[in-house]
Amino acid sequence: MSTNAHNFPAELPVPVDPRTPAPIGGARKKSAGLTPFVRPFRGVLSDVPKVGLTDICLSYRTQSGERLLALDHINLQVKAGEFLCIVGPSGCGKSTLLHLIAGLHQQTSGQVLIDGKRVQGPGTDRILIFQELGLFPWLTVGQNVEFGMKMKGISKAEREEKTRYYLRLVHLSQFKDSYTHQLSGGMRQRVALARALATEPDVLLMDEPFAALDAQTRDLLHDELERIWAETGRTIIFVTHNVREAIRLGDRVALLTFRPGRLKREFPVDLPRPRVLEDTHVAHAAREILDELREEINRSLEVEYNVGVKPHVEPGA
Amino acid sequence: MKRAARLIIFYAALLGLWTLLAQLKIWPPYLFPTPWGVGESLYAGFKDHSYWIAIAVSMRRVLIGYAISVVLGMILGLGVGSSKFLEETMGGLLVSLQSLPSICWWPLALLWFGLSQNAILFVVIMGSLLSVTLAMEDGRKQMPKIYGMAGRNLGASGFQLFWHVLLPASLPFIVSGLKQGWAFAWRSLITAEMLYLSLGLGQVLMMGRDLNDMSAVLAVMILIIAIGYVVDGLVFKSMERHLQHKWGLTPST
Repeated sequence: MSTNAHNFPAELPVPVDPRTPAPIGGARKKSAGLTPFVRPFRGVLSDVPKVGLTDICLSYRTQSGERLLALDHINLQVKAGEFLCIVGPSGCGKSTLLHLIAGLHQQTSGQVLIDGKRVQGPGTDRILIFQELGLFPWLTVGQNVEFGMKMKGISKAEREEKTRYYLRLVHLSQFKDSYTHQLSGGMRQRVALARALATEPDVLLMDEPFAALDAQTRDLLHDELERIWAETGRTIIFVTHNVREAIRLGDRVALLTFRPGRLKREFPVDLPRPRVLEDTHVAHAAREILDELREEINRSLEVEYNVGVKPHVEPGA
Repeated sequence: MKRAARLIIFYAALLGLWTLLAQLKIWPPYLFPTPWGVGESLYAGFKDHSYWIAIAVSMRRVLIGYAISVVLGMILGLGVGSSKFLEETMGGLLVSLQSLPSICWWPLALLWFGLSQNAILFVVIMGSLLSVTLAMEDGRKQMPKIYGMAGRNLGASGFQLFWHVLLPASLPFIVSGLKQGWAFAWRSLITAEMLYLSLGLGQVLMMGRDLNDMSAVLAVMILIIAIGYVVDGLVFKSMERHLQHKWGLTPST
């Protein structure tokens, strides 16, 4: 599985910088000797994962006072420029995982590392596209796209130029002055994508973005997302419950278990791009994942409908 | 067109009834003035500029007081709406304080600020602050959480988050509270102005009473209603329409 199967822009895949032998998470250990801490170049070092999740656990208290374990020791590394898809049954905590990476929630234990550095809160180096999008209805499409740049304090001229660029990238140039409620679902998706890209994040986190769309629009957006990914070289973590969609898009597919969410297996996807959702190779690759996913879905059904099995509950505390 | 016709008929009937009652002379004219008597008072009041001055003085006061209420109320409301601690402690107090007519603050205001503009402003602020606060608190809670998260996700924090995300996101939910706050501010102002030589509309009204000139009293009452109506129509109605258009809520006709 090679991310360079794509034509990335020239600046992205640069060989390893020999000065910084940085093991996973090791870049943070400032106490290690007298050598000064060298900050790795962003997006350059390919052996420091772009996103590193180490032993992520998340538990919360339910209304009945029990502590429910939502995520259980998730360890996952995502390379710069990689397209990772996360699949799992609903309720496995895959959306929550994205929120943790985005820094919008705090994990109970474990670390989220970006370029080996610990995530402390939200940051524009990783932008989450919410399932509900969260476009601002009081702003026009252009102003929505501009928003992150405005928060960063980028000059008006530069903002306008980039807004134009990203709206063109998602084919929405002529809707710059529309309000979001005037757009179709697919167009709103593209606004959300442009808004996220416009802050120029290294990592794009997408939470079932295409789940509510009709099949034609979704296929179209798959093509566009793949093209934009290739053009911009972003690292993408894409959560979906649709296994075929995961195979269609991902370099790798990670499967989470149902409550508590554990990393069950990872599947590299070696199919040549561009892939087609209906392709037999895609279907074949999906088969294998589906079989494993089905077990989890069955377990989730058993729990949801109270068929004997109880959810994983830590006693007390 | 139809609506205009209905309005004209309604007000014509009202005026007719008034004229009829006045003409029947059940009460002496100095107690129950005729419409044209009130009209003459209005004309005279505007002609000698006393009404213009009163309107200017009152509007200036209410604008200052209301502006302070809105700023303070939004900060307070946002705090109470965002913090469980504040909600549990201050929430009940705010609701119960709202049942207190703002003019009850007048004696205290007099002691604190003296017979001055500031005493009136204080009463105006106390009248509208709570409406705005409660509306903002409610708006903060009703506002979909996703906007705050999306804002933080896109790099907004602190004041930026409030100004660019939380405030505009809650506007559709607080516009009725802002409107109510305005009405309370206006009422409190007139009440406070009636209590001493304040130059405002309230005092002009009381002057009519002192001179036993009921035409003047009614004329000022009509002015007070008209100003309230105009502000509601010009400011708040257009604000609501603007929000509806932006957010794609029910289309305005």
